[in-house]
Amino acid sequence: MKRLFTFKGGVHPPYFKELTSGQPLGRASLPKKVVIPLSQHTGKPAKPIVQTGDKVKTGQLIGESDGFISLPVHSSLSGEVIDIKPWPHPLGHALPSVIIESDGRDEWVSDLIVHEDYFRLSPEELREIVKNAGIAGLGGAAFPTHVKLTPPENCEIDTVILNGCECEPYLTCDHKLMLEYSREILEGLRIIMQVVDADLGIIGVEANKTDAISLLENELRREPGIQLAVLKVKYPQGAEKHLIDAVLNRRVPPGKLPLDVGVVVDNVGTALAIRQAVKRGIPLIERVVTITGSGIKQPQNLWARLGTLFTDLVSHCGGLLGNPEKIIAGGPMMGIAQYTLDVPLIKGTSGILILSEAETFSEGDCIRCSKCIDVCPVNLMPTVIAQHVKQKDWEVVRKYSPYDCMECGACAYVCPAKIPLVQYIKWGKEEAREK
Amino acid sequence: MEEVISQRLIVSVSPHIRAKEDVRAIMFDVVFALSPALAASIIFFGWRALLVISVSIFSSIASEFFWQRLWGKKVTVGDLSSVVTGMLLAFVLPPSSPLWMVAIGAFVAIILGKQIFGGLGYNPFNPALVARAVLLASWPVYMTTWTRPFDGVTTASPLGIVKMELDQRLPSYLEMFLGNRAGCLGEISVLALLIGALYLLYRKQITWHIPLSYIGTVGLVCFLFERDPLFNIMAGGLILGAFFMATDMVTSPLTRKGKLVFGVGCGLLTVLIRFTGGFPEGVCYSILIMNMLTPIIDKMTEPKVFGS
Repeated sequence: MKRLFTFKGGVHPPYFKELTSGQPLGRASLPKKVVIPLSQHTGKPAKPIVQTGDKVKTGQLIGESDGFISLPVHSSLSGEVIDIKPWPHPLGHALPSVIIESDGRDEWVSDLIVHEDYFRLSPEELREIVKNAGIAGLGGAAFPTHVKLTPPENCEIDTVILNGCECEPYLTCDHKLMLEYSREILEGLRIIMQVVDADLGIIGVEANKTDAISLLENELRREPGIQLAVLKVKYPQGAEKHLIDAVLNRRVPPGKLPLDVGVVVDNVGTALAIRQAVKRGIPLIERVVTITGSGIKQPQNLWARLGTLFTDLVSHCGGLLGNPEKIIAGGPMMGIAQYTLDVPLIKGTSGILILSEAETFSEGDCIRCSKCIDVCPVNLMPTVIAQHVKQKDWEVVRKYSPYDCMECGACAYVCPAKIPLVQYIKWGKEEAREK
Repeated sequence: MEEVISQRLIVSVSPHIRAKEDVRAIMFDVVFALSPALAASIIFFGWRALLVISVSIFSSIASEFFWQRLWGKKVTVGDLSSVVTGMLLAFVLPPSSPLWMVAIGAFVAIILGKQIFGGLGYNPFNPALVARAVLLASWPVYMTTWTRPFDGVTTASPLGIVKMELDQRLPSYLEMFLGNRAGCLGEISVLALLIGALYLLYRKQITWHIPLSYIGTVGLVCFLFERDPLFNIMAGGLILGAFFMATDMVTSPLTRKGKLVFGVGCGLLTVLIRFTGGFPEGVCYSILIMNMLTPIIDKMTEPKVFGS
């Protein structure tokens, strides 16, 4: 067995992927209503260009991007705009959203521009297509993809890495995509390589997805210049900087981007979305989401239109199993706990995790076991930061680099005293910034 | 929809799952790892060993319980840390220790060693070693009266024989490895201690950094100054100290680099005390002194952020 790629630190939570990995990839029924937030990405929200009462078609632009680090949003249904107002958002606050009632016909816009021969297009043209399709990183952070594909002048990109690690427990949507759309994903990778003029493409997959690995190995025999990197099963193996470190042995300095070490990293789902946008002209109006957990009757992966309310997706999966104690948008390590199922599916929602039992913990005293330090993939001292946060000593907090924390949660996961370390570090980041 | 809203959903910051291991589980691992040495002490010193250990554990738990009750604090004896302290204290006492002294030692360990600083996690010194130091200063005769395994005849400890240049037979390497020699209850059997140490390493409750740098330093210095390294490693409390005392999470450095510094420091101080000090053994004081330096070692060995 050859050595698997990996990084230093990390944890091994239970994965629970078998809940959904064996189920076929389904398609959610069209909802009667979608709620499309104008902000589904990192950066400035889109500006709405429709009004209440407007008729819209599937794929129609309804919000324009506002600046470089911003994205447009599109209607994911045909029907009528019934309201534009703040609506509960998976990230926590109510945010301005376009609410569209379906006419049940799912009529698409007629002017989709198809580019079968994408290799004739210039990087600028391709970037424009990616931006206009509203594509954000589908792994969770939802950073606008065209920005990632725009290296600064002096920056040479030699490698594009597709992230198919999917290290979050429970989630299997990327795994499913790699199984069912491997060719399209590889085509997406080719397009990205063309945009940034990189010679090498790598797909990083965690070793537990054996079927996807053998499928990709087969496909890659016909794809010179693209390699498969099998990574050790460890959380957070899919963290961008740690994937680069594992695969290429290059370390992105604190505060810098993968671009600074000549690399672009995109999620496999994002590569598929790019391919669909370029070759078929389809904007980002749907994604695959893992609906799973102990509190759902039929856990599975579904293609679902953006803006579909969680409650509709739950109904499609047979409904709730008992009374859930926790509902999470995303995975259990980095996902966001919800207070309602009335939030919409957005570009960055990789999972809906419904837990019928959620443990709560009372915080104990740190016994200095140093496990949080050993597992921190960024080499921080989480317990030391937390200790200074508790003392509200913000000057000192700042010295311990809380801003390099990516909030992966490995420290809090492993802490035997059950100290909510991520919570303290988030608090520290806020307070240390204000002064 | 109503069915969800009508009840309470837990909304908290990620991560939403936690490892099963808690403080109690860690302490249980340590107790488990100390049990071979406990068995060895009974084999070599008889049932009195068990009596001393039981009194020590019971007094530790009782001291913690009543202290926390007295001050209206949450009673935390369930975390088993006082059991660990009680065991370790008994392990660094002579087999013939009077039981009242053991009980006083346990009280000192729990109250002066730990609770007055705020309880588990806040104590700067290893509680069991604080108690040993206090007992050694208070009742030096009891604390330096050694007995031979099996027959209980009074004798000198191996390190004492060397220190005082006594005309007595030193135990062989094999005897020291198995534990057939005079010494503190828990320190005698290298074999039993190593079995427990391997378990702790396997369970990742300790790392190799402190024990290896500690024992390695002692061995190296002995080699350089032409003293028998193997004898010095096995004859006193080094194996017990290096694997079970110096590795105490609360009182040793946080980072791996810091742990190496800590281990080397313990090793240098141990040989310094053994070869030039007034006592034949130096493990207890060297660890206590290095405990004092832990905050500054932590400060000097902060890890570099990924990529910098």
